[in-house]
Amino acid sequence: MHLNVKENFADDGLPMPPRFRSGNEASALATFDRLRSNFFAGVQQQQLRRYGMGLMAAGAGLLPLMAGSAHAALTKVPTDGADTLLMLMGSAMVLLMTPGLAFFYGGFTRSKNVLNTMMMSFFLMGLIGVLWVVIGYSLAFGTGFKSPFIGGLEAMWLNGVGGELGDAPLADGFAISSSSFALFQGMFAIITPALISGALVERISFKAWFWFCLIWSLLIYSPMAKMVWGGGFLGPFGTIGAIDFAGGTVVHIASGVAALVAAAIIGPRTTWPNNKRPPHNVPFILLGAGLLWFGWFGFNGASMFASKTAGYPFLTTTTAASAGMLTWCLIEWFKDGKPTAVGAATGAVAGLVGITPAAGFVYMGASLVIGALTAVACTIAVRVKSAIQFDDSLDTFMLHGVGGTVGALLTGIFAVKALVPSDYFPLSAKIMEEGGNAGLFMAQLKAVLITYGFVALGTALILWVLGLFMKLRVSAEDEDRGLDFVAHGEEAYDPMTN
Amino acid sequence: MKMITALVRPTKVDAIKRALVEIDVIGMTVNDARGFGRQKGQVERYRGTEYTVEFLPKAKLMVVVPDDKLEAAITAIGDAARTGEIGDGKIFVSPVEMAIRIRTGDRDGTAL
Repeated sequence: MHLNVKENFADDGLPMPPRFRSGNEASALATFDRLRSNFFAGVQQQQLRRYGMGLMAAGAGLLPLMAGSAHAALTKVPTDGADTLLMLMGSAMVLLMTPGLAFFYGGFTRSKNVLNTMMMSFFLMGLIGVLWVVIGYSLAFGTGFKSPFIGGLEAMWLNGVGGELGDAPLADGFAISSSSFALFQGMFAIITPALISGALVERISFKAWFWFCLIWSLLIYSPMAKMVWGGGFLGPFGTIGAIDFAGGTVVHIASGVAALVAAAIIGPRTTWPNNKRPPHNVPFILLGAGLLWFGWFGFNGASMFASKTAGYPFLTTTTAASAGMLTWCLIEWFKDGKPTAVGAATGAVAGLVGITPAAGFVYMGASLVIGALTAVACTIAVRVKSAIQFDDSLDTFMLHGVGGTVGALLTGIFAVKALVPSDYFPLSAKIMEEGGNAGLFMAQLKAVLITYGFVALGTALILWVLGLFMKLRVSAEDEDRGLDFVAHGEEAYDPMTN
Repeated sequence: MKMITALVRPTKVDAIKRALVEIDVIGMTVNDARGFGRQKGQVERYRGTEYTVEFLPKAKLMVVVPDDKLEAAITAIGDAARTGEIGDGKIFVSPVEMAIRIRTGDRDGTAL
């Protein structure tokens, strides 16, 4: 796999993935880096272990890929075992969210569509799992194209990522290995398109879904990851300076907006809204929500990239989920008379979505407020959807789009300056310095609006082109028969023994 | 011989079985059933949206009894199944021409 291993070794002998060698000012910067690392080699090892506050900021996953002052502000650190282990554990936990989501969504659909619904998530562990290694990662976190919008091709097949032994540090200022980072990000790439499926269940053709996910992941997800986390346009090393701890824009707004657009293009189920059926298995929904909550510790917590300081994002994650569940159930109790199990599960997910962009940037009190406010916004959105009879079947936009938007904006309001240090978030810290939280709020708002526009247009374009080559949805007869049999030739439950 | 077909609340099946055994009516077949009557389904809420469940779960019982036990069996089933609320169900009675026990070939009265 390491076809160009030789090339990936920097002159100081440390394996350096190609994407971290800055492109334009290559020679000057490389010389500076080499001199600096040689000069400090003997001095810094001790202090480097104590970069606590500095690493706290690493959370946003914002890579100092762009050459310049930011690059120089961070010092080279050796790979740390505990930090890398956090990433490996986090990766396994985030992977578990995808089958969790499959159960969460599968419980809502009719029993004749449950396998198809679950496959729309589950199968992406295969499709995107391969795609990410082949090219997705490179497009998201490469630097070859020297663009703030898209990565490059040099890290295809994860070529050179992590050096010969996979243990090379990610970048200056980061003590996690490159290979663990690539793995962790791959889990995010898998679950993001899976979230979209909620809007399209029970009618989209599986073939269309396959191609949609493949293309969407490359043309929408990878550029979004680059723009926000890869040192690109929207992030703190770019032009806008927005911060996104674990994927409010990249994962939740992107999937939510794509879901809204795709549901509008593909159209409602034939049973909507006059013959709609209640969820076929509410315990599945609770199981799925539980797995999502568990996995979300990895999703947000490991996005700190440093085990010592991961306590805050772990805490804010769970407190926001608790606040979201409580709020959603109380609203139902007052408004409809009864708190529901589906509401408890939905409220927890809403809270988790809301805290995602904020998890490492806010304190616990703010996390409770974010969880509660996100749940309020989402419950209103769900009821509006119901009132206007729009068939976003499982409320993907209402939870992830609306929740992600509220979370991203509240991140601007509640972000704590100490948790947004200037070496890891140069532009964002500068914005906070000059304009306070109001300034950061405006940056967040710009990033949200740009994400809406980019994802909406891109998704519509992808579906339009796909529609030229294949039918996007199944026939009304097949919809009536049930997609488990039509798409997969299977039934979830044996009709003779059920 | 008469066949009693009763549509009752699923929660009442055990009590009906005990009541029938008490009057020495042995043998009953139970099916899960769905139906609507005066209850006309029920309203459920998911994420604040109302879903009308058009058909409610019922148990469908089939019991075949000799003519002289018919009234007692109807009373036993009715008493055991009754709550007094809408949705208690219905009992239907129809004639049976012949009954055969497969194991022995016994017919009619001896077969029951």
